[in-house]
Amino acid sequence: MSRSDVLVDADWVEAHIGEPGVVLVEVDEDASAYDKGHIPTAVKVDWKKDLQDPVRRDFVDKTGFETLLSARGIANDDTVVLYGGNNNWFAAYAYWYFRLYGHSNVKLLDGGRKKWELDSRELSTDVPERPATSYTATEQDSSLRALRDEVLAAIGKRNLVDVRSPDEFAGRLLAPAHLPQEQAQRAGHIPTARNVPWSKAANEDGTFRSDDELRELYQSGAGLDFGKDTIAYCRIGERSAHTWFVLHELLDLANVKNYDGSWTEYGSLVGVPIELGDAR
Amino acid sequence: MSGANDGCGAPAGGAPMPATTTDQAVVEGRVLHDGAPVATGYARLLGTGDEFVAEVPLGTDGGFRFFAAPGSWTLRVLAPGGLRAERSVAADYGQITKVELSV
Repeated sequence: MSRSDVLVDADWVEAHIGEPGVVLVEVDEDASAYDKGHIPTAVKVDWKKDLQDPVRRDFVDKTGFETLLSARGIANDDTVVLYGGNNNWFAAYAYWYFRLYGHSNVKLLDGGRKKWELDSRELSTDVPERPATSYTATEQDSSLRALRDEVLAAIGKRNLVDVRSPDEFAGRLLAPAHLPQEQAQRAGHIPTARNVPWSKAANEDGTFRSDDELRELYQSGAGLDFGKDTIAYCRIGERSAHTWFVLHELLDLANVKNYDGSWTEYGSLVGVPIELGDAR
Repeated sequence: MSGANDGCGAPAGGAPMPATTTDQAVVEGRVLHDGAPVATGYARLLGTGDEFVAEVPLGTDGGFRFFAAPGSWTLRVLAPGGLRAERSVAADYGQITKVELSV
């Protein structure tokens, strides 16, 4: 993989709107963003309603993913271009699903919805009608997903990258600063984790920094050993999907996993070690 | 209030105010251009050295809201057409700091 395989810019998207075999998908947590206006021909995926299991804490299983993509008119051989709000967090999270379930040709729109809006590019309120398909997913690729026991076993052994803000990492906040602060779990971070906030990988307009800047950020800046396996986490796994995308897809590191249980799971576990304080 | 397993994206305009704000350090306000609300744009909360802290898409009324840690912050607004504005703000528990910015 390299940048050109996994990332497209807004000009590329504008030139391919409506092209057969190219499907634009907006993925948001705030699903009303799509209704307010989206890139012409884009279909909508709601992070919570469409991608999360409604009962258990988990995401859609293989059958659920197949049902969703079939209903959205996405075929196995389509080029899927994902974009969304929040600097592409949820689009990167969806991208990770597409990889987990074996979709080969999937890309992110660099800068997502924000860059598109700041460029004053066209938005539409027309909802496209795409004929249903019979999408077939593969079994989940477990090499991309870390579960809690693996995370505990990785303390002090693998790279753990906490991509939350410095205040969340240190334990001063339990949630990002645009959300009310919760008291449901303990604050802090997983021992030995390095703090590289997701935002450092992005420019102000939401586009990703250059490969050289990204290598510098994680290697010389945060001291990550690129020869070791890596697990990224945040609070619920979507900001860390953004960092997983950077490390695994843009920088092409092998063995990078996203821990989607993240702090809302780890910080609620009984008996696990927690560290407080700023990054060292 | 957002549940522990809800997403952590910011809804346009910012998350709703919780029932009690004694334990929250709220910074909120709206963004205007020629006196009219800016409905498309982004408010960013920055810490020392321009360190990114959080971002909220503006609401239809140009509004935004943050739940910060106590301290001094910089608010920066980005809007289409290269419009920008910046302002220093202070936040503390139990306080609602209100800010109006023009771009």
